[in-house]
Amino acid sequence: MTIEWYIVLSSLLFAVGAMGILIRRSPVVILLCLELMLNAGNLALVAFSRMVGNQEGQVFALVVMVIAACEVVVGLGLIVAIFRRRLPLNVDELRELRG
Amino acid sequence: MEAVLFFGAALGALGGAVGVIALRNPFYSVLALIVHLFSLAVLFLLLSSAFVAAAQVVVYAGAVMVLYVFVVAYVGGGEESAWEPIPGQRLLAPLFAAALFVELALAVLGSSLLALGTDGPKVGTGFGNPDAIGYLLLEKFLIPFEASSILLLLAAVGAVVLASKRGVAPSADSAKPAPDSNGARASREEEVPASR
Repeated sequence: MTIEWYIVLSSLLFAVGAMGILIRRSPVVILLCLELMLNAGNLALVAFSRMVGNQEGQVFALVVMVIAACEVVVGLGLIVAIFRRRLPLNVDELRELRG
Repeated sequence: MEAVLFFGAALGALGGAVGVIALRNPFYSVLALIVHLFSLAVLFLLLSSAFVAAAQVVVYAGAVMVLYVFVVAYVGGGEESAWEPIPGQRLLAPLFAAALFVELALAVLGSSLLALGTDGPKVGTGFGNPDAIGYLLLEKFLIPFEASSILLLLAAVGAVVLASKRGVAPSADSAKPAPDSNGARASREEEVPASR
């Protein structure tokens, strides 16, 4: 398979993740959609690294994985804290920070 | 053979992604994301990057997804309300996603990268194995590697502070130093297990 196929698949996955962030309300599912978008970026990085025959893109993908793990840890901690305070788990109702 | 593997894994990845955003129960969304991640690991293997594929399975499907499953089991999967703050948001979102996909695909395929239409250069069996990636991480990319380890440590500390029980108490006390705030907080904390 040529590299184009991987890139097109990656942009498709990115678009699906972006749509999920727009249509879902639960913060857990929005974090899952963020994972989808980060993984689409990872796929593009690895595909481009294969295209130029250079492994540095794979190191970038590993760093993206670390960032995703940090984001998951902090995001899930926030969700647990929101749940403890008995606030609604709905991003449309949690809008006190909106200007 | 390679085409069969690619299309199988691509279908799995796409089906998993659609499942994440379409399934009502967050628990099933997490399971769909696991399917998606395993399919992506197959795609990484097809791109001859074995270490990234292994890290994908171990870190994502192994560790991160367990965290998600625990949190979903803790907070429970409530139904989402149909209320839309922006009218027609659920109709406009697929249009936006389609436009984003077309734009990204056009931007990549319309670029002058001639190597996009090829399979990439011939690489040896050592391409993307842990040996090569380890050399890169510890020699050329040492500073990003250490920076990401500090970031992981900070995230772990932040999660402990956010999710600890004492995280609730000081802010409630300091924000409203009312005389009955202690009693109110105690009763609120007792309500949590009773309501579940």
